[in-house]
Amino acid sequence: MSAATTTDAQVSFRRPSGVRTTKNAIATVYVFLATALAVIPLAWVLYTVISKGIRLVLTQEWWLQSQRGITPRREGGGAYHAIVGTVEMALICAAIAVPIGILGAIFLIEYAKGTKVARAVSFTVDILSGIPSIVAALFIYALFITIFGLGRSAVAVSLALVLLMLPVVLRSTEEMLKLVPNELREASYALGVPKWKTILRVVIPTAFAGIMTGIMLGLARVMGETAPLLILVSYAVGINFSPTSDTMGALPTMINSGRDQAPQLPGYERVWAAALTLILISMLLNLLARFIARASKLKEK
Amino acid sequence: MAVTDTDATERVEPQPAAALDPSLSPAAGHVEHMHTPVPKVIHHAAAAPATIDQVDRAPRGVKLAKISRTGDRVFRALATTAGLSIVLLVLFVGIFLLALALPSLRADQDNFFTSRNWTVSGADLAFGIAGLLWTTVLSSVLAMAIAVPIAVGVALCLTQYLHKRASGPVSFVVDLLAAVPSIIFGLWGLTVLGPFLAPAAVWLTSKIGWIPLFSENVDPKGSVFVAAVVLAIMILPIVSAISRDVFAQTPRDHIEAALSLGATRWEVIRTAVLPYGRSGVISASMLGLGRALGETIAVMIILTTPAPSSPFSPSIFAGGETFASKIANNAAEFDSPSKTGAYIAAGLVLFVVTFAVNAMARIIAERGGAKS
Repeated sequence: MSAATTTDAQVSFRRPSGVRTTKNAIATVYVFLATALAVIPLAWVLYTVISKGIRLVLTQEWWLQSQRGITPRREGGGAYHAIVGTVEMALICAAIAVPIGILGAIFLIEYAKGTKVARAVSFTVDILSGIPSIVAALFIYALFITIFGLGRSAVAVSLALVLLMLPVVLRSTEEMLKLVPNELREASYALGVPKWKTILRVVIPTAFAGIMTGIMLGLARVMGETAPLLILVSYAVGINFSPTSDTMGALPTMINSGRDQAPQLPGYERVWAAALTLILISMLLNLLARFIARASKLKEK
Repeated sequence: MAVTDTDATERVEPQPAAALDPSLSPAAGHVEHMHTPVPKVIHHAAAAPATIDQVDRAPRGVKLAKISRTGDRVFRALATTAGLSIVLLVLFVGIFLLALALPSLRADQDNFFTSRNWTVSGADLAFGIAGLLWTTVLSSVLAMAIAVPIAVGVALCLTQYLHKRASGPVSFVVDLLAAVPSIIFGLWGLTVLGPFLAPAAVWLTSKIGWIPLFSENVDPKGSVFVAAVVLAIMILPIVSAISRDVFAQTPRDHIEAALSLGATRWEVIRTAVLPYGRSGVISASMLGLGRALGETIAVMIILTTPAPSSPFSPSIFAGGETFASKIANNAAEFDSPSKTGAYIAAGLVLFVVTFAVNAMARIIAERGGAKS
């Protein structure tokens, strides 16, 4: 009896057949290989950009000087003008996109939850988040430059970026508002606090960390966009603070305008240094977003 | 004693305005079981056999603080405006692009959908999108074919194989891939990845070059193939993040049922995890496809623009132009309305295609969500 159990009893605890074990092993190897393959590009891109750009980024003038009067054959100059442009356009964009995004999320969750209108709005937000940046840029070009007759300007770029940042802010705010416990709202109503004050004083502060995460991610996305810059503003090598002028520097266009140079020229190294600066800003915003999300009191179930 | 009494009355008594119009009440639409009339009726039933309406209008001797509802109305209007303006925005994008593209489309002497020609300067317009459409779809589909199997593998590894402590940092690194701006992927693709992949492209052409898709190795560095690999890297974090979320939601019961029947880990995945997450993965792939179709600057930097008169090549090792790269490449030359209109027409097609792909992704995700 005891000897026979391993071979022909009703219950068999044999190892799975050879084919099944092999398939399982192949699947295991495959998923780990895929994961390794997915991590390689990031490491490779970071290595390339850091090794080619770190020397200039570590110098002081890179952060304090512009490219005015610097030709590709000359050493020197910095990315100050481009950093100013990138940050300024992103901030103008955020000033428009953040209020609309948060209000839109409040509409979806606090006022129109479960209605057909909410479904329609939510659907268009999905469409908006899939709009290519070049289409957003063409739309602003069509509206402001062809129809309104205004010239190219940094503000036009900011407006095109609004279309790209809006869905990011709205979606993350919406997710956070969903997580705010209903008991908090009810407690506030029971004390006679009007709904709008409840939203502003109770709901939004509770979801604040999540909303900040969305804003950071949105900023990181729009700062790296190139297509609207190509269509809506000209690249300037000098420092320019005015958002209404038709030329302004930005890190993506700084990379784009210098990328055709011969690799031996000093100007080519500046392209990679600009790329490293852009990655640094973008990664910093992403890490900050994650840090805020982790510190948040609201946790997803 | 008297103080407690008034307090109690005030707490039970609803706001006059809110009682008349339930939609003004902050609780409206939130909690179904919290009917305001219930305490109201009990409170007044003994006092006077009046109709509820009359009772509401005359809160006999009880002093209630006036709460202004103006703030509510204003805030509600603001939020509604914001919500509806997003719908209008998307409508406007379609309408304005169409309005500006129409004059050029009317003046177009070639067939817009079948011509590969692109003559937009001067008086005679003759342009079509066949070439752009081919390169756009070819590069995006190829990118999806590369990215989706890897992304699914990553998502399975993170949810089914790795311990939670290890999967956190790994998914963080994969997500960070999405933080790299596309222009940097373009620069890297042209200078590093292109030369690296060139020998593989040459080898493939020499072995299976008789298939049109792999024929004539025109430009191994600036080919659709390199662009597709870079696009695959760019959409990988999107597809893997969504797949990961779906796989993580697989009901524990399904997995344990499969395990109890003696399934190996792969069989658990095949019978429980993959069927559950299928619609999510398809939806994620469509979102990735939409992103790849519209990607501009990375593709523009990598792809070699063929000479205007060069013959059509179906090969993935040839250069080409996508909708987005064509528009961005010529952005500096938007001078006449007819010329701009031609590029806007190309942008409109891109908008319609990405709209369709994203709408499909949403519908698939909703169907799948309703089923489970």
